[in-house]
Amino acid sequence: MKMKGSQAFVKCLEEQGVEVIFGFPGGAVIDLYDELLNADKLTHVLVRHEQAAVHAADAYGRVKGEVGVALVTSGPGATNTVTGIASAYCDSIPMVVFTGQVPTMLIGNDAFQEVDIVGITRPVTKHNYLVKKPEDLIPTIREAFHLARSGRPGPVLVDLPKDVIGAMVSYTEPKPIKMRTYKPTYEPHPGQIEKACKTILKARKPVLYVGGGVINANASQAVTELAKKLDIPVTMTLMGLGGFPGTDQLSMGMLGMHGTYYANMAVANCDLLIAVGARFDDRVTGRIDAFAPNAKVIHVDIDPSSISKNVRVDIPIVADCLHAVTAMNTWFDGSKEFTKKAAKEQHKEWHKQIKEWKNRHPLGYVEESDIIKPQFVVQKLHELTKGDAIITTEVGQNQMWAAQFYHFNKPRHFMTSGGLGVMGYGFPAAIGAQMAAPKQTVIDIAGDGSIQMNIQELATARQYKCPVKIAILNNNYLGMVRQWQELFYDKKYAHTTLDVAPDFVKLAEAYGAVGLRATKPSEVEPVIKEALKTKNTVIMDFVISREEGVYPMVPAGKATTEMLLV
Amino acid sequence: MKHTISVLLQNKPGVLSRVTGLFSGRGFNIDSLSVAETLEKDVSCLTLVTHGDEAIIEQITKQLHKLIDVIKVTDMAEHDHVEREMAIIRVKAESNTRAEVLRVIDIFRGKVVDVSPKSYVVEVTGSKTKVQAIIDILRPIGIQEIVRTGAIAITRGKKF
Repeated sequence: MKMKGSQAFVKCLEEQGVEVIFGFPGGAVIDLYDELLNADKLTHVLVRHEQAAVHAADAYGRVKGEVGVALVTSGPGATNTVTGIASAYCDSIPMVVFTGQVPTMLIGNDAFQEVDIVGITRPVTKHNYLVKKPEDLIPTIREAFHLARSGRPGPVLVDLPKDVIGAMVSYTEPKPIKMRTYKPTYEPHPGQIEKACKTILKARKPVLYVGGGVINANASQAVTELAKKLDIPVTMTLMGLGGFPGTDQLSMGMLGMHGTYYANMAVANCDLLIAVGARFDDRVTGRIDAFAPNAKVIHVDIDPSSISKNVRVDIPIVADCLHAVTAMNTWFDGSKEFTKKAAKEQHKEWHKQIKEWKNRHPLGYVEESDIIKPQFVVQKLHELTKGDAIITTEVGQNQMWAAQFYHFNKPRHFMTSGGLGVMGYGFPAAIGAQMAAPKQTVIDIAGDGSIQMNIQELATARQYKCPVKIAILNNNYLGMVRQWQELFYDKKYAHTTLDVAPDFVKLAEAYGAVGLRATKPSEVEPVIKEALKTKNTVIMDFVISREEGVYPMVPAGKATTEMLLV
Repeated sequence: MKHTISVLLQNKPGVLSRVTGLFSGRGFNIDSLSVAETLEKDVSCLTLVTHGDEAIIEQITKQLHKLIDVIKVTDMAEHDHVEREMAIIRVKAESNTRAEVLRVIDIFRGKVVDVSPKSYVVEVTGSKTKVQAIIDILRPIGIQEIVRTGAIAITRGKKF
């Protein structure tokens, strides 16, 4: 069937199951936008800055477990997507970003709004394409989706010159994609599974270390089954939160730089570390030679290059997390050597030890009666949403308090820019999440610094009637950097005080949203309740204790056992 | 330790910068690089010499594998293989040194590929050490210009 490239573009998106795309038009993509008017199955969300389109697509994809899609124009439209793409790349989020490009005959001529976006994004995409010939358009789009969602997911960029989308192409029905060079390994090696399971059976002090790969692979249930079957304590990375129920008694919460005391102590003292879909990031390991020094390491990951990258692994298992953990569960179920009772007995001492650590330094903060503590706000949010809301965060203290005190029980309920650490992620992500789950409560836990990085999206939220709630933990500081300056730079607060700040209540109102403020602990609950029953976009401005720190904290470069505590 | 790594790639635009970008971005070293088409028109072979400890070389091969356009990665250190470099050298050859230059070239089984009244252009192939040796010997006589390739390598045929 002959049709215009732009028409084929829309048809391909629909055939890939795309329902919502986030974007911003421009000269190079006018044809595509014109065609979007005719699309009946596609909703386009007009953001106010291209970076927001990518973050929104990121969170949309995470909530739905599908590929997020963003569409922008050439030149500045394309360069504005780079931060969002890099963030999705670090977090292994499936996404396809379409950028407009000048006509092929002008490429390389320094034309108006021309930029080599394929060159720019090469190191931050799983793969990228410049479509030079109309006949390559359809196969490239299909391949891009295939790459984004398979194997270790990631962002894929497709650069579309204006003449290519204006040309006539012939549309054919999609066929299964076969690539000569790309064949991710999903099935684990049975020998490695057996080796791993036998090692687990012998362990007296095992720890399950769960990362974002578990959520990507929809392996939360399988991981939960494994942990419960063998009575193994679980810790999660920032990206892994929700991969195992945070309120379960086996959960030790997050590990690493701002992890719990007991999670870090458990990892430091374990004799077996079972890493599933995690990548031993420096924020998790601290000083690498002191990380799990006495442990054997089992590492399940779909990306072979993640294995033994930072930490030497004893039993590597290259596979999809779901397939691998399911295979382990099956092995235990069929094994004569394994009984639940024996496992429980074997780990009894270990649990006792962890409980002792838990009692010694529980996760907490010093309560005060006249000033709002940020942790208290997050606890209240958890309580009043019954732990069921989708939470997005910005980056910094707000992100860590959200991670520590909103005990995520379900996967795909926590969206944060984990690897890249993008301030300005949370709000557009909340919009993306709300578009994916219109009936859910979506809350962006923000700081007063971060929220201003993409505050313009208030207009987007209003335009698409996204009732997202923004909880600003307002300390009038760039709080995390201030905390470092307090601890390691003699309290010299170089450029971390936000001396001029907007009135967030009025700002919300200026956009037709609702603004609420709490300055005393007693006002926190009423403000949250009011926000939750409001059908509009709401900014909650919580004026918090200014110099509150995030604790525990492992100073950069130190061992994870060298924590600063409350 | 030095490693020669052979990479088969899809012959597509930008593929080389994916490989070199990977090395610069991750702080790996490239000592030399050489690329050309294979028997298949749409497949190139890239031979790369790098160095690093075992863990680094493992990461290099894994990261290369991860590139979508990479078909196959072979660390030649794991195989019995033949490795060659080539140099083309313009060496001063005046009446008093012409005979000596020819003798040296003959010893190294090089070839004179261009002759002018005052110089020869000499072609020599061999291992890195051999190419370096002829350069060292010709230098006192007077090397005017030199171009060298990176290494290329191929595994030896099966013995049985």
